[in-house]
Amino acid sequence: MTGLELLIWARGPGLVLAVSLCIFGVILRFIEILALGRKADLAPPRQSSAGSGWRTIATRSLPPPGMLRRAPLTYLGGYVFHIGMAIAVFFFVPHIELFRGLFGLRWPGLPNSLVDIAALAAIVALLALLIGRMVDPVKRLLTGAGDWLAWALTFAPLVTGYAAFHHLFGNYTLTLALHILSVELLLVLLPFTKLFHAFSLFLARWYNGDIAGRKGVAT
Amino acid sequence: MKRHSDSALGIALSEAGISRRDFLGFCATLAAAYALPASSVGAIAAALEKAPRTAVIWLSFQECTGCTESLTRSHTPSIEGLILEQLSLDYHHTLQAASGEPAERARAESMRANAGKYLLVVDGSVPLGNPGYSTIAGVSNVDMLMETAKGAAAVIAVGTCAAYGGLPAAQPNPTGAVPVSHLIKDKPVINVPGCPPIPVVITGLLAHFLTFGTLPELDERGRPKIFYGESIHDRCYRRTFYDQGKFAESFDDEGARKGWCLFRLGCKGPVTYNACATTKWNNGVSFPIQSGHGCLGCSEPDFWDVGSFYKALSMPVTPVGKAAVGAAAAGVAVGAAVALANRAKKAAAKAVHQTVKVEDLEKKP
Amino acid sequence: MESARGVRRPRHEQEAGAPQGGDATARDCRRRPTTRWLLRPGRRAREQERPAAARPRRRAQGAGGLNAFKQVIDAPVASFFASCVHCGLCAETCLFYTETGDPQYTPIHKLEPLRRTWQQEYTLLGRLARLVGLAKPVTDAELEAWSPLVYDSCTMCGRCSMVCPVGNDITMMIRKMREGMAAAGHAPEGLVTATQRSIQSGSPAGVKWVTVQAQIKRMQKQFGISIPVNQENADYLVLMSSWEILNYPEYLGAVGRIFNKAGATWTLSEHAYEATNSGMQIGASDLARELVGRIVKAAEDLKVKCVISPECGHAYTAIRWEGPNLMGRRFGFEVKHILEVLDDLSRTGRLKLKGSIDKPVTYHDPCQISRRGGVHQQPRTLLRQFAPQFREMTDSGVMNWCCGGGGGVSANERAEPLRIISFKRKKAQIEELGISTVVTSCANCRVVIEEALEHYHMDVELLGLTELVAEHLAED
Repeated sequence: MTGLELLIWARGPGLVLAVSLCIFGVILRFIEILALGRKADLAPPRQSSAGSGWRTIATRSLPPPGMLRRAPLTYLGGYVFHIGMAIAVFFFVPHIELFRGLFGLRWPGLPNSLVDIAALAAIVALLALLIGRMVDPVKRLLTGAGDWLAWALTFAPLVTGYAAFHHLFGNYTLTLALHILSVELLLVLLPFTKLFHAFSLFLARWYNGDIAGRKGVAT
Repeated sequence: MKRHSDSALGIALSEAGISRRDFLGFCATLAAAYALPASSVGAIAAALEKAPRTAVIWLSFQECTGCTESLTRSHTPSIEGLILEQLSLDYHHTLQAASGEPAERARAESMRANAGKYLLVVDGSVPLGNPGYSTIAGVSNVDMLMETAKGAAAVIAVGTCAAYGGLPAAQPNPTGAVPVSHLIKDKPVINVPGCPPIPVVITGLLAHFLTFGTLPELDERGRPKIFYGESIHDRCYRRTFYDQGKFAESFDDEGARKGWCLFRLGCKGPVTYNACATTKWNNGVSFPIQSGHGCLGCSEPDFWDVGSFYKALSMPVTPVGKAAVGAAAAGVAVGAAVALANRAKKAAAKAVHQTVKVEDLEKKP
Repeated sequence: MESARGVRRPRHEQEAGAPQGGDATARDCRRRPTTRWLLRPGRRAREQERPAAARPRRRAQGAGGLNAFKQVIDAPVASFFASCVHCGLCAETCLFYTETGDPQYTPIHKLEPLRRTWQQEYTLLGRLARLVGLAKPVTDAELEAWSPLVYDSCTMCGRCSMVCPVGNDITMMIRKMREGMAAAGHAPEGLVTATQRSIQSGSPAGVKWVTVQAQIKRMQKQFGISIPVNQENADYLVLMSSWEILNYPEYLGAVGRIFNKAGATWTLSEHAYEATNSGMQIGASDLARELVGRIVKAAEDLKVKCVISPECGHAYTAIRWEGPNLMGRRFGFEVKHILEVLDDLSRTGRLKLKGSIDKPVTYHDPCQISRRGGVHQQPRTLLRQFAPQFREMTDSGVMNWCCGGGGGVSANERAEPLRIISFKRKKAQIEELGISTVVTSCANCRVVIEEALEHYHMDVELLGLTELVAEHLAED
């Protein structure tokens, strides 16, 4: 199979398969989680908790006071990675075209030089986080096969995308195909690994904010 | 068709009024293209001047004659055209005056006279589905190809159809069309893809053969590396706009008028390996992107089948809508099944719950 | 006990009444040798219980634990476990990790058996993995091994739940996990005994109504107030924790003085004087329900408008937040923490304060009252009225650090060495301020902190906020 054939498969059947499995998995996981139910809280709330869940969804993206100093690598690495990846994913014009093709939505892109820096920063941050994971005793204790897998699944699209953009590995078409395939693998496994936090985090933060909000505590 | 088997290129050039300076310029271009040292320009010129006519048999199968048109029409009376004249084109059913049995006889004679030395040029793909799909003088394409290839020094597959199957092989490939390389395994097959290919690529290839008696370095797809080594995108004069994120959104918008990148309009330059952006067409006048249209990727396999020419390269080739809806439905169904099983399990756990009494708290021996 | 009461005084009273110094004798006077067993009643109580062999075996306990896990896992728990990215930030919020550096105290790690149960029982992939033998079921031995993590090194302070970047309420899950641990018989001895005593005698420390009566008499005499008992239709039913009854009866005196001044009607109940709930701490909802039920019945029998949770952190959580859910119904009365009531009275002008403490003070937020209870503005509003030099610790309010003894840890003698180590965080907070007066509003925090202050030879006085408010009542 040549690079172009692989690319065609990746852009065609591969993409259809990956997007479908991702949608399947995400819906399955959401139902699986939500159907476990939640008993109504009979304790009268101190204040209406309406909005506190939504508030926490937003505020939990910021480090609480003092935490940045305690865990700089985790926070900064996390920020640089997530923001860098988001810029690369959502503001690289070819990617926007993909979203236009998938959802019919479009938005302005960023110059490639900025996207390039963002992607590189995300790659460096992921490497730093990997080293952190290997070195930090707490992370080592928590880390299992799923964590390495999730890291690799995230790293592969970034590094292949970067390589394709810079023609690092010779055959651009093949690199591009591998880039798209790596994204597809990520999509397929996302719902079934810890990467599902990209979706479930909204539930988790909402519940947290709601639980605390009913007690009059803004989390 | 004239036969010039005894004359040499030098005489023909003089007759055509091509100056020595022009000729050496062409040789220098070739030397540069093949990445040869400057000192080799003289050697190329000398070799070309002395080169005897090489017999060429040109077979046209499932094709549109575009490749021939490209070669003959756009380069008369250029140096490349004259190079063509230096070849003894013994058989080419579009160009030759003879027809019917005399024509076929010419082919047979050339094969016999130049056995092991002639070049076989093929344009068009070969149908394997039914021999009757395409025949010449009652002979199926595949038979004629195999017969003619037997005594050829090398086979040059000109155009995307001969190189990769091209349009005849487009889905669902009704004739079972295959490229030449699919059938010829025992001798070099040089692919010169393009729909049509750039004339100078063919003449350059021939010049190399005439000069050195060998074929230029080929890539893994049998293409001369020097012409197919870089993508259109990498050599495109609009590349800087791509890097700046400046794109034409439609063919008549401000961006299009300013000559911005055509990626969003479906340009396949990033994955198309060809020399269009450097050699250009019509004697270096222009090439598709320069004229305001994205590259179709015509020199790549299956270019016809990889989605709309006007969809950006990163867009899905096939629509995902239906599959996505199906997947969502499946997700709901399987999710509901898991949910029901979970709820049953939880209910069962509650059902067997025994009220915890203080004595339960202590660890039993 | 009497002797303990004799030397037990809020320190500001000692200062007012007797020469106060940092000398060893004065410090020794403040020691409460008889209260130490209160913190860890296990051994003594066990001797009095029936021998274990005499008790009938009701079921295989490990299975009971896993069955409880299956019952408590709900959508929030599933979304929390599904979201965890193993970033380890929760460790940085947990004083058991920060003060020991031992990674096993990482909060989310303490939930590993519960997480695995969720994964194997309630996720499609986990179920499949279990089906083909790829996943090992959680064993009783694992639950046993996890007991120190779930009970000794977690005070359910809720700090990790404030910080987790994906929003996991780890504390809530610890509470749920304890359901299974308790059912499986893996709760620590000290907490088991406290719970047994609560169920059997009404109080984790075995405090009987006669003891309360004695304290009522003493307070009436000391402050010249009348303390109503079993009075119907009062505004407030006042509860106390064992610690208050035994160690800080001045709380009762303070409440009486304040309510008398404010003109509020209130009462104690002979049938429900104990606010603490060991059943909740140990994680046995069936027992917690029984304990809350006693209070609910008394409150409804006496037809009070509001039940006041005393200066005790987990009691507030038990009655205010868990109570209605344990009982499965809303209450016909309000539940408030004493600080909420004081703040209400102050706002409406019924409580007027005067005077000022002429030294810098700080406030230790009891976790269950501030972070997990939402009462964090009220103590500050009250304090500022008479403590102009009030200063916040770093990480105060809802981000305060636990004393190290909440969530049943103080009743768990197995946890004592760890609790002492974990106090280094509070010690550092206090030392950073350079302040020697700390106010709080949880009797358990007070007992734990006082013991640790002694251990670290720190000369810091610890005051109860309600008592302090009573000290600063305006005369007219």
